[in-house]
Amino acid sequence: MTKRFALAVALLLAAGTARAADPKISDDVVKIGVLTDMTGYYSDLSGPGSLEAAKMAAEDFGGKVLGKPIVVIGADHQLKADVASTVARKWFDEEKVDAIVDLVSSSTALAVMPVAAEKKRITLLSGPGTTAITGEKCTPYNAHWTYNNWALANGTGREVVKQGGNTWYFLTADYVFGKSLEEDTSNVVKAAGGKVLGFSRHPSPGTTDFSSFLLQAQASGAKIIGLANAGADTINAIKQANEFGITKKQSLAGLLVFISDIHSLGLPTAQGMYLTTAFYWDRDDASRKWAKRFADRMKGKMPTMVQAGVYSEVSHYLKAIQAAGTDAPDAVMAKMREMPVNDFFAPGARLGPDGLLRHDMYLVQVKTPAESKYAWDYYKIVKTIPAAEAFPPVSDKCPNVKK
Amino acid sequence: MIQALSGQLLLGLINGSFYALLSLGLAIIFGLLDVVNFAHGAQYMLGAFLAWMGLTYLGIGYWWALFLSPLLVGVLGLVIERVFLRRLQGLDNLYGLLLTFGLALVIEGLFHHAFGNSGSPYPVPELLRGGFDLGFMYLPKYRAWVVVVSLVVSIGSWFVIEKTRVGAYLRAGTENPKLLQAFGVNVPVMFMLTYGFGVALAAFAGVMAAPIYQVTPMMGSSVIMVVFAVVVIGGMGSILGSVVTGIGVGLIEGLTKFVWPEAASVVVFVLMAVVLLVRPAGLFGRQK
Repeated sequence: MTKRFALAVALLLAAGTARAADPKISDDVVKIGVLTDMTGYYSDLSGPGSLEAAKMAAEDFGGKVLGKPIVVIGADHQLKADVASTVARKWFDEEKVDAIVDLVSSSTALAVMPVAAEKKRITLLSGPGTTAITGEKCTPYNAHWTYNNWALANGTGREVVKQGGNTWYFLTADYVFGKSLEEDTSNVVKAAGGKVLGFSRHPSPGTTDFSSFLLQAQASGAKIIGLANAGADTINAIKQANEFGITKKQSLAGLLVFISDIHSLGLPTAQGMYLTTAFYWDRDDASRKWAKRFADRMKGKMPTMVQAGVYSEVSHYLKAIQAAGTDAPDAVMAKMREMPVNDFFAPGARLGPDGLLRHDMYLVQVKTPAESKYAWDYYKIVKTIPAAEAFPPVSDKCPNVKK
Repeated sequence: MIQALSGQLLLGLINGSFYALLSLGLAIIFGLLDVVNFAHGAQYMLGAFLAWMGLTYLGIGYWWALFLSPLLVGVLGLVIERVFLRRLQGLDNLYGLLLTFGLALVIEGLFHHAFGNSGSPYPVPELLRGGFDLGFMYLPKYRAWVVVVSLVVSIGSWFVIEKTRVGAYLRAGTENPKLLQAFGVNVPVMFMLTYGFGVALAAFAGVMAAPIYQVTPMMGSSVIMVVFAVVVIGGMGSILGSVVTGIGVGLIEGLTKFVWPEAASVVVFVLMAVVLLVRPAGLFGRQK
């Protein structure tokens, strides 16, 4: 009798502690929301592929963390900052979302980050590029995973100058993103001993014919034409540069080019171009293995760096929850910073106090059709840029970095 | 300086011939059917996509595509006219506008769903690769081809409508369809064919554009606004007006890109506003 009583007490106590341990995972579920451009200009480089990558990360983790299910949902922010912040509020307030992922296009990221910080939820960014994310607009609940404009400007700008491309002309999308990319790259080019001969600003979106801007770039005599634009603008500019025979004497340097763009352009048109990327699927066995699994689920499309980054950041987030023994944002963020990243995307990389993940970047050159041996065999890695050089030092503009 | 300017003007001429080709189809459809065809951009995109699909899936080359793609899209146009537009006859032309706008959204949405948004490249046909060095600029052969073909097609269409018996029927049909019907002309079929022809012109422009621009689901929506502005400037429904204005607008755009590049995408609409203030019926339109 006393034995039985003792057992009952012990069981009750055990149940009690178990219940007390429950709030380790808020709402009994870890919910990850992929909020990105699902149908617009960036949907091929991010979009449904980012959602799939996040789902893969959850599945590969076993579908559960600390015994609670991991749920991945997605929504379209339509590239609009107001839509993004509305969805984010709804997700946090009503749908128990713990972390919002991707947020391609800087304006949407900058709109959601303060909402998340106010509610103490986490943002894991892969798609956006502005350096303000880990600079003056940084928050303690944010990780910026894949690339930023500085890394692109630095990788392509400095290395191309080193390879002999020391005179530049810019073709710039006439809005904040394009101008800031142009400015960043100009500074890098000048610092590396190169010269900027001029620029043309084209209206964007809305320009389909780039020939007149290209003609001005040609007349400048610059060795390198830097494309400070993105998406359809870049694609059309490259295509027409070929058409007008410009690429025979001058080289193009794409400042924000994704493998999906190269795939759309085709190698005969894109060949020879330099660009900087955070990820190339055919880099090593680990990246190949993951990328092929991704492609099997995405109608044969290989992942862009943004999509690979989503997989990596979601995996790291789940590992941090496991290690912290809770999904409480402060503890998870601390663990995310403490643990080095351990995957095919950014082996050994560490998340900085400003929220920027500093990892190796790759300067690549697009292969010629003759060099390409199989589907999606698009890049030659010209140089691996080590993490310390690839990204800027911790920004002194970020208020939550302790000095 | 002169060199650069002549380069820009030549490029303007090339773009202008695209505008002319596209606005011609719109002007014919509006002039004869009184339908504001907002699906024109989608039909242009369809033309380019059919050419691309023919090449990719069936190995049908550019030259056949130039003929087949407009034909197929034209047939689709006949169906659209027969099934939808005919029911709207006699109603305010706002209804036709809304219907074609909806159709455009549906068509573009379907292609977006199937092919994503970055699009696919279409190679320049073998025969037209390379270019001429004109001294002041390098003119790709293909662009020269675009100018020549656009002019031939535009002038040909104008000639048929303004100077031949068939054209006379068409014009009579717009003035007084009942009377023409009484003379034994099958007016509904004539309207259906006209819509089909206008739509086929859009698809033709699409095939012409495929090697220059990326073939994407949204390629139509990015040019259609300018083309509508061209039609308004030229005078809604004026065929000669649309051709002349198309080329003129291309030239003015080219000039703007030379003087003030940032304004290049706005200049067309400024021009449109000015024309509407001074001559509401458009440069070549008749006041009703």
